[in-house]
Amino acid sequence: MKKLIRQCVVLFLAMTVLTGILYPLAATGLAQAMFHGKANGSLVEKDGKTIGSTLIGQAFSEPRYFWGRPSATAPNPNNGASSSGSNQGPTNPALTDAVKQRIDALKQVDPSNEASVPVDLVTASGSGLDPEISPAAAEYQVARVARTRNVDPAKVRELVAANTQGRQFGVLGEPRVNVLALNLDLDRLAP
Amino acid sequence: MSANDWIQIVVYLAVLLLLVKPVGSYMALVFAESPNKVTRFGARIERVVYRVAGVEPGEEMGWKKYALAMLLFNVLGMVAVYVLQRVQQWLPLNPEHFAAVTPDSAMNTAVSFASNTNWQGYGGESTMSYLTQAVGLSVQNFLSAATGIAVLVAVIRGFSRRGVKVLGNFWVDLTRTTLYILLPLSLVISLLLVSQGVVQNVLPYEHATTVQATSYDEPVKDADGNPVVDAAGKPVVRHVSTQEQVLPMGPAASQVAIKMLGTNGGGFFNANSAHPYENPTPFSNFIEMLAIFLIPAGLCYTFGAMVGDRRQGWAILATMLVIFVPLTFGLVAAEQAGNPALHGLAIDAHASALQSGGNMEGKETRFGIASSGLFAAITTAASCGAVNAMHDSLTPLGGLVPMWLMQLGEVIFGGVGSGLYGMLAFAVVAVFIAGLMVGRTPEYLGKKIEAHEMKMASLAVLLPCALVVICTAIAVMTPAGVAGVANPGAHGFSEILYAVSSASNNNGSAFGGLSVNTPFWNVLLAICMYFARYPLAIAMLAMAGSLAAKRHVPESAGTLPTHTPLFVVLLASVVIVVGALTFLPALALGPIAEQLMSATGH
Repeated sequence: MKKLIRQCVVLFLAMTVLTGILYPLAATGLAQAMFHGKANGSLVEKDGKTIGSTLIGQAFSEPRYFWGRPSATAPNPNNGASSSGSNQGPTNPALTDAVKQRIDALKQVDPSNEASVPVDLVTASGSGLDPEISPAAAEYQVARVARTRNVDPAKVRELVAANTQGRQFGVLGEPRVNVLALNLDLDRLAP
Repeated sequence: MSANDWIQIVVYLAVLLLLVKPVGSYMALVFAESPNKVTRFGARIERVVYRVAGVEPGEEMGWKKYALAMLLFNVLGMVAVYVLQRVQQWLPLNPEHFAAVTPDSAMNTAVSFASNTNWQGYGGESTMSYLTQAVGLSVQNFLSAATGIAVLVAVIRGFSRRGVKVLGNFWVDLTRTTLYILLPLSLVISLLLVSQGVVQNVLPYEHATTVQATSYDEPVKDADGNPVVDAAGKPVVRHVSTQEQVLPMGPAASQVAIKMLGTNGGGFFNANSAHPYENPTPFSNFIEMLAIFLIPAGLCYTFGAMVGDRRQGWAILATMLVIFVPLTFGLVAAEQAGNPALHGLAIDAHASALQSGGNMEGKETRFGIASSGLFAAITTAASCGAVNAMHDSLTPLGGLVPMWLMQLGEVIFGGVGSGLYGMLAFAVVAVFIAGLMVGRTPEYLGKKIEAHEMKMASLAVLLPCALVVICTAIAVMTPAGVAGVANPGAHGFSEILYAVSSASNNNGSAFGGLSVNTPFWNVLLAICMYFARYPLAIAMLAMAGSLAAKRHVPESAGTLPTHTPLFVVLLASVVIVVGALTFLPALALGPIAEQLMSATGH
């Protein structure tokens, strides 16, 4: 028994050094050497200041910006320190109410838009940090953004297209539009 | 379902099946009795490890000693993870200055990670220091996976050996699994993940100045950090505005790689694989899904190779697929159909070239319906439990599938190692039932199945079922259990049933609305996780010990062949019948009731 305990303890320590110290160190070293920007959060800088990450969605509520997926993080939306979904069940009345309020908020800043709202624009994302919306959700907002900024909708559509990614390798996932990158482009086009 | 939903599922299955043979035959070399090109490669490291630990690699263990070594090693792991969480505030690599984790939560997490469950009552980015994540949790990701595979290899030796008392050396099986299988694959996968944008660093959290300011209501807290309430009992809030966004950092990729590969599932961040820093692109998602099934599927082939009849391994794999594929299509179809409760509103949920449509609550845009639904089925068929969409927000039938996949005993791929030894228990039950029908002594892989084997197999099959049913009953009858429920009606019951099913089958995913970081839930679920893991593994080792000592019975005209489609159907039926008979009443009160109400507009 004494021998077994010694084997157990020593092997545990050896494996801890191997998998808990050497392995993450090797992974960090290689990652930093090979993919420096991505390993450090895909940060976006403007005038030497970090203004966000291309992978982490930000909250937009002004009509002149494209809005992203609703976020259920607490206490504020798109809180990077506390990722989470709403965890509302499909038959929870609170979910229906939340969706109604989001539809109303979109209609309020764009009363002339008669189209149905694409579902991803009024349902909370899984992480609360989704950086992207569907191309349908972007198209829904093009007229509003163009009107607010006094630019030709065709110009805005061009920017949407430039920030749209198709399915990866033509098959995987879904087509999507990066909201932060799109809004930064908009600010450059028509500040 | 849209055409792309179909294509993505088919592409995934095709790539997985192509990898089964190479991965499976590689693992067979790792556990081969004689030295070969694989084991010679790391022989020097192995020798050093064995010398300092005083392990004599040729010294094999009987089932009792093997089980004792396994149990001791896992208990030591639990103690280490517990202590690390309780003292992390005094240790380095804690740039966010997280405090010690509470005793009940630390205990729950220790059992959770050692038992390969990775149930999480805490949020990673707001609780655990980098040191705790890497040296505590990540190490258990490796060692719990290696434990599962080691036990499986011993069980397989029980079938393949004849007239001996020993099953192998636990320390050698554990070391080889870690060195030759888990470490190299994890390193490759972690770099693939970083190439897609998963973070891997030890930097403090970044503070970004966002493009637009956000205003919101913040709960007011008193000096002790407790929320202040007004005379009516409502929390007092103040209106604030911020232009700051915290961007969490850390050594995520290295931990996420083994989290998927070892079917652990514990997220580095709270939102797990829905978090863009943990799963940033559809390709990273594909890698993560592949990593979950890679070893469990490959081990089927390894099993066939080790018992000297590869058809046996393919038959087990076919059984898993026969159950997995239809359930996956069911899940994706339910999610693509959308949420009836929202149908009356002015929203567009139809699939088109511009959007995936469907039930997008709790899902990420880049994954849509197909990549989220497929992930949900994979992560619960295997006992992984990572999530890339919030299962609590799945449609009633979409949520039923993951719940039932867990309740089937985590044998449809299941945990690395544990899934296959669980399935072998079902196989023993299946040949026993077939034997009853024709009145012959049942045999499996040339070994007579007798009373002792049947007792152990029944124990392994029924123990998780009993844990789920009994502990769900305890939770719904206890105020402390019901207090955590977030959603009203039948869905609230589903949250409890899901949590107990997840813990009692070592899965670890959750209907996340349930507030589980309370002493009641932490203790109840820790008990479920412990008893689902260790007594079951010991029962299988006991069976293997008795099998290894038996003579080989030559195949005769009366032997039921166990590599045929007939056996696949028989085995799948046993798994389904046990799962359906045990859980249909409970499922009727949860997801089925919710579906009926939802479909009739209530």
